Amino acid sequence: MYDITLIVNGVPREARVPARRLLSDCLRHDLGLTGTHVGCEHGVCGACTVLLDGEPVRSCLTFAVTVDGREITTVEGLATGGRLSPVQRAFAECHGLQCGFCTPGFLCTTTAFLRENPAPTDEEVLEGISGNLCRCTGYQNIAKSVHRAAELLAEEPS
Amino acid sequence: MTTKLFGEPVRRREDARLISGQGRYLDDLGRHALAAAFVRSPHAHARITGIDVDAALEVDGLVAIYTWEDLPEGVREPLPLLIPHPALTHGRTAYPLAREVVRHVGEPIVMVVARDRYLAEDICSLIEVSYEFLKPVIGLEEAVSGAHLVHEDVPGNVGAHMVQEVPSADGRSALDAISAAPHTLSFRLDIERSASMPLEGKGVYARWDADDQSLRIYSSTQTSTSVRMALAAKLGLPLPKVEVIAPDVGGGFGVKIVHPWPEEVLVPWAARVLGQEVKWTEDRREHFIGSAHERAQVQHVQVGFDGAGRVLGLSVEILHDHGAYTHYGIIVPIITSTQLLGPYRIGAYRVEFSSIYTNTVQVTPYRGAGRPQAAFCMERTMDKIAQHLGLDRTEVRAANFIQPDQFPYDQGMIFQDGRPLIYDSGDYPESLRKLKDLIGWDDFPALRESARADGRRLGIGLGCYVEGTGVGPYEGGHIQITSDGRVHVSTGLTSQGQGHETVFAQIAATELGVPIERVSVVTGDTRRFGYAVGTFASRAAVMSGNAIALACRKVREKALRVAADALEADPRDLEITDGVVHVVGAPAASIPLATVAVLSNPLRYAFDEEAKRATQFATTGSMDRPPVSEGEEPGLEGKDYYSPTRSTFASGMHAAIVETDPDTAEIRILRYAVVHDCGKMINPMLVEGQIHGGVAQGVGGALYEKMVYDDHGQLLNASFMDFLMPYATEVPHIETDHLETPSPLNPLGIKGAGEAGVIPVSAVIAAAIEDAEGFPIDRMPISPSDLHALRRTGR
Repeated sequence: MYDITLIVNGVPREARVPARRLLSDCLRHDLGLTGTHVGCEHGVCGACTVLLDGEPVRSCLTFAVTVDGREITTVEGLATGGRLSPVQRAFAECHGLQCGFCTPGFLCTTTAFLRENPAPTDEEVLEGISGNLCRCTGYQNIAKSVHRAAELLAEEPS
Repeated sequence: MTTKLFGEPVRRREDARLISGQGRYLDDLGRHALAAAFVRSPHAHARITGIDVDAALEVDGLVAIYTWEDLPEGVREPLPLLIPHPALTHGRTAYPLAREVVRHVGEPIVMVVARDRYLAEDICSLIEVSYEFLKPVIGLEEAVSGAHLVHEDVPGNVGAHMVQEVPSADGRSALDAISAAPHTLSFRLDIERSASMPLEGKGVYARWDADDQSLRIYSSTQTSTSVRMALAAKLGLPLPKVEVIAPDVGGGFGVKIVHPWPEEVLVPWAARVLGQEVKWTEDRREHFIGSAHERAQVQHVQVGFDGAGRVLGLSVEILHDHGAYTHYGIIVPIITSTQLLGPYRIGAYRVEFSSIYTNTVQVTPYRGAGRPQAAFCMERTMDKIAQHLGLDRTEVRAANFIQPDQFPYDQGMIFQDGRPLIYDSGDYPESLRKLKDLIGWDDFPALRESARADGRRLGIGLGCYVEGTGVGPYEGGHIQITSDGRVHVSTGLTSQGQGHETVFAQIAATELGVPIERVSVVTGDTRRFGYAVGTFASRAAVMSGNAIALACRKVREKALRVAADALEADPRDLEITDGVVHVVGAPAASIPLATVAVLSNPLRYAFDEEAKRATQFATTGSMDRPPVSEGEEPGLEGKDYYSPTRSTFASGMHAAIVETDPDTAEIRILRYAVVHDCGKMINPMLVEGQIHGGVAQGVGGALYEKMVYDDHGQLLNASFMDFLMPYATEVPHIETDHLETPSPLNPLGIKGAGEAGVIPVSAVIAAAIEDAEGFPIDRMPISPSDLHALRRTGR
């Protein structure tokens, strides 16, 4: 067993985990942050995507012990000061989710994507979200949400 | 009513929790529950000769191991055959844990309960099951040969055989009409397996309360009320001691209507036996091999028609691959058989299906539920007629359409709900006109030519369908307005992302005249509503939507009665606006619904300031009447049910333009257009969302998704790496247009919309590829390699 400390959504969180404990399971079951979802456990669907030092990673393909001491942002940490992030607001505004199971992964992916590329073209948006599966929406409104999020971000005071 | 929300694109009330990680899906619950895992058969067909658990017993953290032998009466019996039918003469269902024989890879054999899931899986891997191999029966043709049997007592592997005949108006059989027709064609069509594949798998979490002798079960199900009744019966518990709750559910698409799953029986049973909470969360591989698939059929078609393309006789023989069991009965082939007729008047029709067992995962409804196969058959037939006669494909369809003045139109068959297949309303010629406009059907030849000049190969196709939605028997709604003015709505059916909390709140807010912010909706919780059927067959909005509207009307009437007393007015002069009852034209004479709620419940005790008004010395009611009048009940609440005489029939038409690469055979959808008619729309934004999702699943089924079984019955692509569901890059932009032909059958005039998007997609894409390539496309899905092979065989 290993004692690790993860900085999750800005808060140091301690856990005692076996070496094989997946980061997704550590977040969900050890730390009780169940907003991160697990859809395939083999890194394809992207539902478990979290930000590791700001970069999107598959938490189902990451052992918790390997990220000891690192900064992790989950869907629970996207809002700041009780206000939903522009990406979250855009998804609600554009009907970018139905069952909501894949949504945390899309929100984290989009957050990182728009930081890299604040004004993406249609093609770039599709490319940017093409590592995440959604079975409900047919992606039409997700793509719309990403564009809307870019607009909302541009309006935010930096 | 000023609070008009019905028909508006109201933003979803579910989203606030779902976008902030506050949703509660099955595996988010029961953090301290014991975990269950299953040893599943690695073989498609085998006799179990021994189960050795010795090594497993050594593992620290083991709580229990169960095989079929350990299960008590009730639990050990085969799972129920949910929908019996006289034609299903050889229905067979699985035992919750295999008894002696396994019939598909993935069938559960041993249940392990342990401290956590990691340990439970470790323990599973230490359990050794020995087998005597039996010959697996894989593939429809192999199965119908009957050389080897899936079930020893089912000859020829035929579970069900059914023939339905609808003679022509002059009494001729389909076969006679075909042989007498000026033109005839016969051909074979094939559709492969796909699956619902929700992003969240199944799961069940059970809490046994030993002090109360009661059981609470959370299940990622499409029917909590029926799971409850099934479990109470299986576990021998009084129904009031069993509660089932569907929490947030991460997609269903059909697979979660099947119940009770083996795990849904075993986990609650184990929780009770062990006196501890137990949870099982399905992993992705388990979902591929241990739940259900759909679609696979072979269809042999004969059609006779006249020179205008009018179908005089149609005969279809269907081989339906049912997998190893018929837990959900033969609903899928029945729907294929009956919905095949689409928007058309057919001279005479004969349909025969055989439902065949194979050593594969069972087949149960997946969004569309037999209709994509039906549309594929009918629409390919229409295209072949057009091709044969040299007519435009839209003309042939138009020549066969049921006309708007011919409704209600009786197709002369019995539908999946056991009731006559009578279409209630529709306007198919107008749908076709809109579709042709939207896709630019008449301009396509010019587009094709200009693309050809650039060395590009384009094709266009279309497909039509009619979908029976809102099947009975019933759903109910309960409304309670509490003394704080809040409106609590509940209905028994469940939600998997459709937005029911939003649309049902829209209906309640509109009916009651209250701000939507005051309305909250609960679905799928048997503590709140015990009677329901479930969410499937595009029925939730129609069934529960109307039930809720009817319940609201009852409550509104009562509110006006109580308010009329208080205001000394005639109830007919009252209306409700923004949650306040007032006299029409005299806004000062008013009383808030919150106060009406207080007054509706005569009190002895004043537990707060508001309540004082209803206490026995405060009210001014007549001394000649009891405080609760005859026929009244205390409280401002009401319940009602909606039970339709028969289904309501939505319809739609899709068209696509595809490009096929002359060298690589890559298939690209350039444009995709949908015209859709689901009657009056409660929330057009949500209807669009349903269509988008359906089309995407249709695109998956047309171009990417299939279950690949080898001859040994191994599912070769049981992962998201190999079973190719569309990403954003595979789904084209979807252009939509709507028609609103209200249903005359229900108070709100609505029809179902959930499944529609998926239904004609394989037919449409096949037609467009055929148009681009110039040879028949009779087998779906089609990959670039398949297309390349077809080109080489010179078809």
